[in-house]
Amino acid sequence: MPITPMQVSRRQFLKVTAGGLAASSMGVLGFLPSEALAEVRQFRLARAKEIRNTCPYCSVGCGLLMYSLGDGAKNAKAEIIHIEGDPDHPVSRGSLCPKGAGLLDFIHSPNRLKHPEVREAGSNSWKRISWHEAIERIARHIKDDRDANFVTKTADGVTVNRWLSTAMLTASASSNETGILTQKVMRSLGIVGTDAQARVCHGPTVSALASTFGRGAMTNSWVDISNADFILIMGGNPAEAHPVGFKWAVEAKKRGARIVVVDPRYNRSAAVADEYLPIRAGSDIVFLGGVINWLVANDKIQWEYVRAYTNAAFIVKEGFGFEDGLFSGYDAAKGQYDRSSWNYEFEADGTTAKTDPTLQHPRCVWNLMKAHYARYTPELVEDLTGTPKDGFLRVCQHLGSTAVRDRVGTILYALGWTQHTVGAQNIRTMAMIQLLLGNIGMPGGGVNALRGHSNIQGLSDLGLLSTSLPGYLTLPSEKAHPTFADYIAKTAPKAQAPGQLNFWANTPKFFVSLLKWFWGDKATAENDWGYDWLPKWDKMYDVLQVMDLMHNGKVNGFIVQGFNPLTSFPDARKTAADFAKLKYMVVIDPIATETASFWQNHGEVNEVDTASIKTEVFRLPSSCFAEEDGAIVNSSRWLQWHWKGANPPGEAKTDQEILAELFMAVRALYAKEGGTAPEPILNLSWPYKNPLEPTPEELAKEMNGRALADIPDPKDPTKFLARKGEQIPNFALLRDDGTTMSACWIFAGCWTQAGNQMARRDNTDAGLGNTPGWAWAWPANRRIIYNRASCDPSGKPWDPKRTLISWNGTAWAGADVPDFKADSPPADGMNPFIMNPEGVGRLFCTDKLVDGPFPEHYEPMESPLGTNPLHPKVVSSPAVRIFKADRERLGTHDQFPYVGTTYRLTEHFQFWTKSVRLNAIAQPEQFVEIGETLAAEKGIQAGDWVQVSSKRGHIKAKAVVTKRIKALKVAGRTVHQIGIPLHWGWETVAKKGFLSNTLPPAVGDCNTQTPEYKAFLVNVEKIGVA
Amino acid sequence: MALQSLDILRRSATPTPTPQARNPQEVAKLIDTTVCIGCKACQVACSEWNELRAEVGTCVGVYDNPTDLSSQAWTVMRFNEVEEKGKLEWLIRKDGCMHCADPGCLKACPSPGAIVQFKNGIVDFHQENCIGCGYCISGCPFNVPRLSPADSKAYKCNLCSDRVAVGQEPACVKTCPTGAIQFGSKEDMIEVAQTRITDLQSRGYDQAGLYDPAGVGGTHVMYVLHHADKPTLYSGLPDNPSISAVVGVWKGMLKPLATLGVAAAGLFGFFHYITVGPNRADDEDEADHGTPPLPPAKGTKNKERENAL
Repeated sequence: MPITPMQVSRRQFLKVTAGGLAASSMGVLGFLPSEALAEVRQFRLARAKEIRNTCPYCSVGCGLLMYSLGDGAKNAKAEIIHIEGDPDHPVSRGSLCPKGAGLLDFIHSPNRLKHPEVREAGSNSWKRISWHEAIERIARHIKDDRDANFVTKTADGVTVNRWLSTAMLTASASSNETGILTQKVMRSLGIVGTDAQARVCHGPTVSALASTFGRGAMTNSWVDISNADFILIMGGNPAEAHPVGFKWAVEAKKRGARIVVVDPRYNRSAAVADEYLPIRAGSDIVFLGGVINWLVANDKIQWEYVRAYTNAAFIVKEGFGFEDGLFSGYDAAKGQYDRSSWNYEFEADGTTAKTDPTLQHPRCVWNLMKAHYARYTPELVEDLTGTPKDGFLRVCQHLGSTAVRDRVGTILYALGWTQHTVGAQNIRTMAMIQLLLGNIGMPGGGVNALRGHSNIQGLSDLGLLSTSLPGYLTLPSEKAHPTFADYIAKTAPKAQAPGQLNFWANTPKFFVSLLKWFWGDKATAENDWGYDWLPKWDKMYDVLQVMDLMHNGKVNGFIVQGFNPLTSFPDARKTAADFAKLKYMVVIDPIATETASFWQNHGEVNEVDTASIKTEVFRLPSSCFAEEDGAIVNSSRWLQWHWKGANPPGEAKTDQEILAELFMAVRALYAKEGGTAPEPILNLSWPYKNPLEPTPEELAKEMNGRALADIPDPKDPTKFLARKGEQIPNFALLRDDGTTMSACWIFAGCWTQAGNQMARRDNTDAGLGNTPGWAWAWPANRRIIYNRASCDPSGKPWDPKRTLISWNGTAWAGADVPDFKADSPPADGMNPFIMNPEGVGRLFCTDKLVDGPFPEHYEPMESPLGTNPLHPKVVSSPAVRIFKADRERLGTHDQFPYVGTTYRLTEHFQFWTKSVRLNAIAQPEQFVEIGETLAAEKGIQAGDWVQVSSKRGHIKAKAVVTKRIKALKVAGRTVHQIGIPLHWGWETVAKKGFLSNTLPPAVGDCNTQTPEYKAFLVNVEKIGVA
Repeated sequence: MALQSLDILRRSATPTPTPQARNPQEVAKLIDTTVCIGCKACQVACSEWNELRAEVGTCVGVYDNPTDLSSQAWTVMRFNEVEEKGKLEWLIRKDGCMHCADPGCLKACPSPGAIVQFKNGIVDFHQENCIGCGYCISGCPFNVPRLSPADSKAYKCNLCSDRVAVGQEPACVKTCPTGAIQFGSKEDMIEVAQTRITDLQSRGYDQAGLYDPAGVGGTHVMYVLHHADKPTLYSGLPDNPSISAVVGVWKGMLKPLATLGVAAAGLFGFFHYITVGPNRADDEDEADHGTPPLPPAKGTKNKERENAL
């Protein structure tokens, strides 16, 4: 090994001599260095103030200890001086990943915004303005645009009260309290063109899991991963994106579990797995469909579970079919399916589905499924995915080994599955596998969707998506729900099997309680609780739809709260060009973003003509996590409260304050001047002590909900379940008669009469790593959802070693809160999937998804094959929605022969940590990963500069040449894949870089429009030497 | 005389014995390369705790960054892709001070008290006594210490002696997401390593083993390796590290000579001081060798220094 040669300069030599002089003189004189000189550095936190918080990056929700200068004395200005992990936190146990460990430099980033600023039309610089000026000018823009473009009624006379010419993005790192206030303000203005990061992230998860199990969330919890016997990591890379959550996969391995990673590239998860298998990006359904076929063919099925808890025995309507790549009901002209044939055959009552428990009926779900996947042979899997057949079969065997009572497997996935045109169907396939293996509801099992951002689960829960409302209620649609009565009739389903809980039958209670929160005393039975003041949608205004409207000049204003769409949306060059068509943009953020400075010319990285861009851009500085109280929801649905440690820098304010000031200014304008549809704005309930600054406590209590009148106990009319004004204990108390209010019914229980349940810190393990006394989880503090399915139909745990709950003769009880009617005896036959009207998990998901009740392999929109060997006439998904302008920007494999796929690196979080010095040091410069074979073909050496281009633009980056990406043999040809990490831009303390999302196309998952970032076509050329 | 928060075993260039009656627990850090994901949380936590910030570098075609240890980067991850028995492996090693029981740096160091070995096993550099000669670098069999271009003093991991002294674990240990870094008594760490090795052997790594090299008397930072028979696979971890022969010669022969020289120089210096006055380094000399400015004080002399630099 190299040893640095000893180089002694003249100066150093003199020093040695001098040092020696000192030493020997002292020795001669009897003075040796005092022991004090050998003392260690003083521990620097001995009396620093300690504050508890939660990491704002990914959804593991690690606990933080923040230390601030001073002891809290009034004369000492608090300043965060150090952050480390909270050892009491049951998930993180003191750990932090490199992002969390570097948070100090986020708080103190030179890119923090300190003052409100404006970029005037055509200007090339920011100008500092006062808060007063900023709020007044923005309020004026809002009112003028709303008055001019608001739609009150449709041509048919349906009141819709929507405002489409201004859109809004909301922040996945903001607290629930900011989220709910945003929901309130935004809908009162009539905005439906809105999304949080879920749209570009885990949208398909919600669709896929809700259509299968009833809820759209990660089924188990981080610590529970350690209870697994087998862990499949596919469509995700938790070691890099969720390092501290991954701790529990490593823990499972230490207890004997096996881990297999299937991914286009050997990544850091693979580095510690038992086996790694390559796969062609965009071919996951072939792989997973092949698993289904193998499990059926080899009878690796948990039969008791499948018969009792899935819809295997349900009979599907006559008329349903699948042929040549198309399900029944396809309308080629519309590019959409008529889904009426995708349903069960019902009994004469019209609601009870017919079943054949013998599974003999040719149209029962089991036989249809078996036939559908018979095509997915191991040979086909190898041919279309590029995964070696023997490796594929080993995964089948691992999974198949869990089709017994006492072995359990789990799946960890994230955006590697969601960000495809078949995103929801990727996840559906795995959800089906887990039902066949009896792994849902089981400790150590489940489908673990690892959410991306610290509070994207919370923002999804709070309905900050175009057509949603809090608690997974739908925003009224003009077609389905023109009136309140229609809404109630169509959103509360009827049970499809006898004796089922069918929980959504309670929808009216949740919805009326929500309307009482929106409009307060103004919501009355006479005015249908203010139903018409909510906007109604005609179609989903997801971000791709909004960008297409912007492209066509139909959007004037864009309010961007804690989101960086220029970096996060696909086809960045087009996004930047479309932003230039806006009249005004308002960016609320703690740090400088490329979105806010889209008008700045940064050379090749952002080649724009600044002077010609007439958009007025306001940049408002907000606080960050360390500077506010509030709760965020981690991937396991835990609402964790955090505490403020210091004031925000400069004039920055909390999001709540900014929103409230803006809303109050707009409301004042409507009160003074009148205008179009002022009612929703003037009637919005605003009961906050300081109207300009609603507190997190006030907002959290509203989300929980409270009684607006005494709530009598139906079992004993002399008693009350809650008295007027009291916080309700749970959602069972909600009423549809206006006597309760709750801003988010699934959060009911988070702040009760007993206080803030989200701030609880009892980390006692109640069994199997379950810590019910830590924070609070929705729904009803249940930690593993569908946990009734961890027991057999008689109420005994499938595996006594994995007893989470069981029937004790009178009730369901155990380490977790039963996700079930607690007093319903097994003999009554109520089934575990209580949110589904049929009570069982869906192998066939009826008409819940737009692109088919069974997943089918379709090629990415940009396919390296240019065909689909399964059905060459239907190459890509027939249910894809793509706008004309975006279709014209699709490339083909003859021009762009390689598959590009984008991803995160563990050193960085999205586009934030490039502003964080510690993370910039750890990964300073943009690079792409290229396999050795392709690199040799192209003469590319490690460290060379390369250009990666797609039909939509190019990026330039350093080359990391690696053995970890192999060329694959697919359908008789060689397919090379190129790895493209995100993270770079021009608002940075790292090296300036290109926006990676210049490359992928603007086309999304059929169901949720989450963009296809994970498989698209590129070319690569060497442009410079290392 | 202050009582130390950590008991001292020995100090560089200091012949007088330290108090030896107390017998504190020997500690060790165990780095399990087989569950290390190379996330660099340890790098970041180390820099955050120790208030270090390296320069923002460049990508040189691999994941390693910073690309080497420095006075501002006391630990770095080193990545190596190998194909062993036809199986691709990404071997990732956290590099940094090994806290040798027989520390070559301390033995090589001519400056009294600049390097201290505590009885718990931590080898700490005390920069206020460091003369910047760089002998510690030559003496280190793992090539760990680095001179700071800012103050010409040597720096390296001190196993967070400030945290350990108050009963805490080092920052890198605490933060490690996968538990690839653990900390405890040396005895316990060897035991943990054994359970890991047994598990690895059950997964086909028949050469899995503990790296605790005898050539330096064992270390207080140990590795679990999948391929303990080939340490060099892990970005050049030495097979059989030992203290450089040069250090041995220095100790045995050169040091007495040097001491004589030093005594002579001392005598000369004494008379020089008496007759001429104190020496001053000229600015050009400092600049030539990249020595940074001293903490600024008042007066024109410092302005010149700033200009010169």
